[in-house]
Amino acid sequence: MASASGGIDPIHQFQISRIGPSIHFFGNDISLTNSALFMIIAVGIIYWLMVYGTKSKALVPGRLQSAAEMLYEFMADTVRSTTGKEGLKFLPLVFSLFIFVLICNLVGLIPGTFTVTSHIVVTFMFAMLVIGTVIIYGFMKHGTHFLGLFVPSGVPKPLLPFISIIEIVSFVSRPISLSMRLFANMLAGHIALKVFAGFIVLMLGAGGAVLALSPLPLAMIVALYALELLVACLQAYVFSILTCIYLNDALHPGH
Amino acid sequence: MLSLLIGTAHAAETAVAEGAVKFPPFDATTFAGQIFWLAITFGFLYYLMSKIALPRVSEILETREGKIDGDLQTASAMQEKAKAAGEAYEKLLADARAGAQATAQKARDAANSAAEAKRKEVEAETARKIAASEVSIAAARDKAMTNVAGIASDTAVDIVKRITGIAPKADDLKRAIEAAKA
Repeated sequence: MASASGGIDPIHQFQISRIGPSIHFFGNDISLTNSALFMIIAVGIIYWLMVYGTKSKALVPGRLQSAAEMLYEFMADTVRSTTGKEGLKFLPLVFSLFIFVLICNLVGLIPGTFTVTSHIVVTFMFAMLVIGTVIIYGFMKHGTHFLGLFVPSGVPKPLLPFISIIEIVSFVSRPISLSMRLFANMLAGHIALKVFAGFIVLMLGAGGAVLALSPLPLAMIVALYALELLVACLQAYVFSILTCIYLNDALHPGH
Repeated sequence: MLSLLIGTAHAAETAVAEGAVKFPPFDATTFAGQIFWLAITFGFLYYLMSKIALPRVSEILETREGKIDGDLQTASAMQEKAKAAGEAYEKLLADARAGAQATAQKARDAANSAAEAKRKEVEAETARKIAASEVSIAAARDKAMTNVAGIASDTAVDIVKRITGIAPKADDLKRAIEAAKA
């Protein structure tokens, strides 16, 4: 944690380091890293919750099965209410995104762990997956009619080109905003926590009157941690509901 | 917000201090590895969710819904049955009551008619006895009346004999008596 200068480096927690042997594939480093490890851990936790937890298929569910059912119903309701019944075929995608982001966010909050979703490339890949699905499905289902997405009905003719440009820009910026939102939230939250933790160490080291004030940043960490728990869940939900809204465009391109 | 600013400032400072160290999320050398592992883990997760977990949970929920619906239907059927049984019981009770009343009425009627028959028999017997008595009374009276006629004629003969000194003729006497009687 401590950097070379002796202080606390709040960025160090995002460092990706290789664990195990170095593996290269066509010049790309694909060695097992701490990031990959926590992806695997997240999948393991999800397996435990969603597959192991529902193994008994109990009529009266236990705690784990209850949690799995609640997550399922929560996501199914979200998908159904945003995209309608035909959107339920995207439930596996939306659910996988939601639970993966949620578990990665939550696991990342445990001190000493790595937060997979605090890397822009990961969140951007998720966003590209969503937008890619929207574009491919949209053209498959509606053909060129899908382009009607950029031509809203009921707009006066002279305004149409400008509106279309705005629509296209907003569509193209979607993957960026979608990935940035999650990435920035996770990054900022973790940095803030680490900075306040650094304050405690600094104040303890300073001694005297400053030492007596050191519980203040500790209290701040507790409050921030509660906020970060909320953010972790909320961002996973926001990511999935935006996915639903974008998928809704692919299902029903007419405004 | 403030904390974020401080954090970013601090981060920038450290990065400057350490010189070579890049901000990790923007370190392009790690991108390939992250994408590779993300594709593997997320692909596997998608497979798990779409092929195993979600169908299973959906099946559990459907089974439960079906079970609840079935149980509710069974319960309402049972209720119907209980209601029908209650109605049958009520009907049975009413029938039994009506039967009892009918039986009682029949017994009463039978008793009444038996009493009536007995009364009529007794009345007939009594009437017969009365008639017989009346006949014998009439006979006795007729006999008595015959005797009275004899006595009257004897007395009349005696009276006539005493007054006139001659015995009346039987025809005249008879005629006189008849006239007196009439």
